[in-house]
Amino acid sequence: MSIPGSWYLILAAVLFTIGALGLLVRRNVLVMFMCIELMLNAANLTFVTFARMLHDIGGQAVVFFVLVVAAAEVVVGLGIVVAIFRRRTSATADDLHILKG
Amino acid sequence: MSFLGFLDGLGGPHVRDGVIHLVVVLASVHALAAVTAIHVPHIRYLAILPEIVMLGGAVLLLGVASLSDRPVRMSVTTVGTVVISGASMGLAWWQWADVRQHGPFTTVAGAVVTDGFSALIAILASTAMLLTALVGDGYLRREGVEGPEFHVLAMVSASGAMIMGQANDLIVIFLGLEIMSIALYVLAALNPRRATSGEAALKYFVLGSFSSAIFVYGIALTYGATGGTNLAHLTSYLSTHALSSNGVLLAGMGLLLVGFGFKVAAVPFHMWTPDVYQGAPSPVTGFMAAIAKAGGFAALLRVFVSSFGTLRPDWRPIVYVIAIVTLVVGAGLAVVQRDVKRMLAYSSINHAGFVLLGLQAADARGVSAALYYVFTYSFMVIGSFAVVTLLGRSGDVGHDIAGYRALARRQPVLALAFAVLLLAQAGVPFTTGFLAKLQVVAAVVDAHSAPLGFVAMGSAAIAAFFYLRVAVLMYTPRRPRWVPPGREIVFDPIVGPQASTAAREGSGVSGQAEPEIAPGGSLDGGTAEGAVATVPRTLAELRLWSGSERTVAVVERLNADLLIDREAEAVEDGAGGRRVRVPPAAIVAIGICIAVTVVFGIVPGPLVDFTHHSTLLLLR
Repeated sequence: MSIPGSWYLILAAVLFTIGALGLLVRRNVLVMFMCIELMLNAANLTFVTFARMLHDIGGQAVVFFVLVVAAAEVVVGLGIVVAIFRRRTSATADDLHILKG
Repeated sequence: MSFLGFLDGLGGPHVRDGVIHLVVVLASVHALAAVTAIHVPHIRYLAILPEIVMLGGAVLLLGVASLSDRPVRMSVTTVGTVVISGASMGLAWWQWADVRQHGPFTTVAGAVVTDGFSALIAILASTAMLLTALVGDGYLRREGVEGPEFHVLAMVSASGAMIMGQANDLIVIFLGLEIMSIALYVLAALNPRRATSGEAALKYFVLGSFSSAIFVYGIALTYGATGGTNLAHLTSYLSTHALSSNGVLLAGMGLLLVGFGFKVAAVPFHMWTPDVYQGAPSPVTGFMAAIAKAGGFAALLRVFVSSFGTLRPDWRPIVYVIAIVTLVVGAGLAVVQRDVKRMLAYSSINHAGFVLLGLQAADARGVSAALYYVFTYSFMVIGSFAVVTLLGRSGDVGHDIAGYRALARRQPVLALAFAVLLLAQAGVPFTTGFLAKLQVVAAVVDAHSAPLGFVAMGSAAIAAFFYLRVAVLMYTPRRPRWVPPGREIVFDPIVGPQASTAAREGSGVSGQAEPEIAPGGSLDGGTAEGAVATVPRTLAELRLWSGSERTVAVVERLNADLLIDREAEAVEDGAGGRRVRVPPAAIVAIGICIAVTVVFGIVPGPLVDFTHHSTLLLLR
């Protein structure tokens, strides 16, 4: 049984859309980070699928660049989150809303 | 076999067998490698030397600061940064001269290109870095956050913008974009004492990452449609294949445009701009405005005009609409802002709209005009934010426009500098701002999009209003406020002269008596004691109460003086409150910005030729 490449592309498009919508809808910063990851990995899946369809190794190599960039982004993003929420000593509604989920 | 005999003597037959085995393995690996040799692309290191110097300098500076026992002095960091940026700028100039003589070339397997366009962006990025190092020096000392991080991160960011200028592959553009942006996210959060700084950084980070993800997906779709990410490949593929109705390609192109739109703050992808520009430390804001626009527009112009050139009929209408919305929204919302940094943020959106005109024209003239605009705008915006940095009190607050009233009386030079930079942004003749606007509008009219030119000029007229408002306010003397009847200040026997209750609540002035203005002479202590219950609230009541016209006259005079003092007190919270100390480094930076803006405004030839030649070298 072979799964057609377009299925992977559709899956990637769906994942990307879920990520984008999640980023716009969710108010929790950490969940928003996850949504960004989802979007980047949807792009990665698209790259790998196209690389297979085109018989070109370039698209697969790109994935490593994107992975590294995503890791760097999350490091910086979590650093900013820690820097902000360390300032807030009191358990205000803002803090609760951040940790809510 | 004396070596094997030696091994035998050393550790017996086991060691000997092991060594022989290792030699055999190594020999077979070598033979295999000879058959399937990996071809490493040739790299001309001279082509990427400005980036290497900038990035290497940043790492060096960080390493020195981390490894030294004592904290590195601020002056050392700043001088080091200036030297590194200067070296990078010199190399970029050398590249420009080299390209002009020998023509552009690509290296690293065609992923990096060195042409006039890339050299211009490298010059711009390193100059912006140099100026920001000078501005940031005084800021960091004032805020007490001295350390090498500001300069190091800014240099990393500048090298990212340079990479975007040199990139000839969508992936390299993405890497440059991320190197630039990630450093900017941290820079926005640089001042840990400001709550707004962190909030700005978080907003910038979330929306920036969102745009990056969209950008990557755009690259993926473009790759799928064309089979490659190299821009030269895209150009040749699109010129030989008719793909103008290929959905995947068009979607990819659209997503790339959205990604770029976020970075250069084009409407409707501008939501982050006002918050981030307002919240980020002021020198960072100026740097961000210059660098992000330079890098973003460099890559945008290269990808769309050069590679997607055959798809012009598809993307020009989109850019047309985006440009109109960007121009109108940027100018319209800047008018209603009360914070100078926020106003400059919306004005930068307006400027992005003008640069988009150059893209919309989509020819050599348009690209040249857009480059000229980005180049000159960088100096204006860095200079403007340098003045805003200086005027912000410790803590980088008080950027309310009202605080700029009568600035010229206290700081005539700074006020004049800010006025010149604002007028240049407004596009007043004899500044580069005028020539920049003139060129983009001329280009877009030539490209048969005259209505866009009219919209741009209309938005420039609106923009002139809010720039002039600040400029005029700086030269407007402070006047006592009009006091509504019934809210005059009266003599209160308990706490001395003060505003009546309503006015006191309204203005928040504390009723502390100043000893010399408490004219107790006309009111004896006995009546004052008894008058607590019936304190006069208006001048008319006072007249009845004291029965003395002289008291009324004194109180009236006090009234006027006190109002002026209170006005001063209110303004104290703003930028114009008191004279600020202007560090020499900042004077140099603002001086360079104004010199470039005015000198090339009066003698336009060299800079116009410079951008023109750079463009010709791009389109070859």
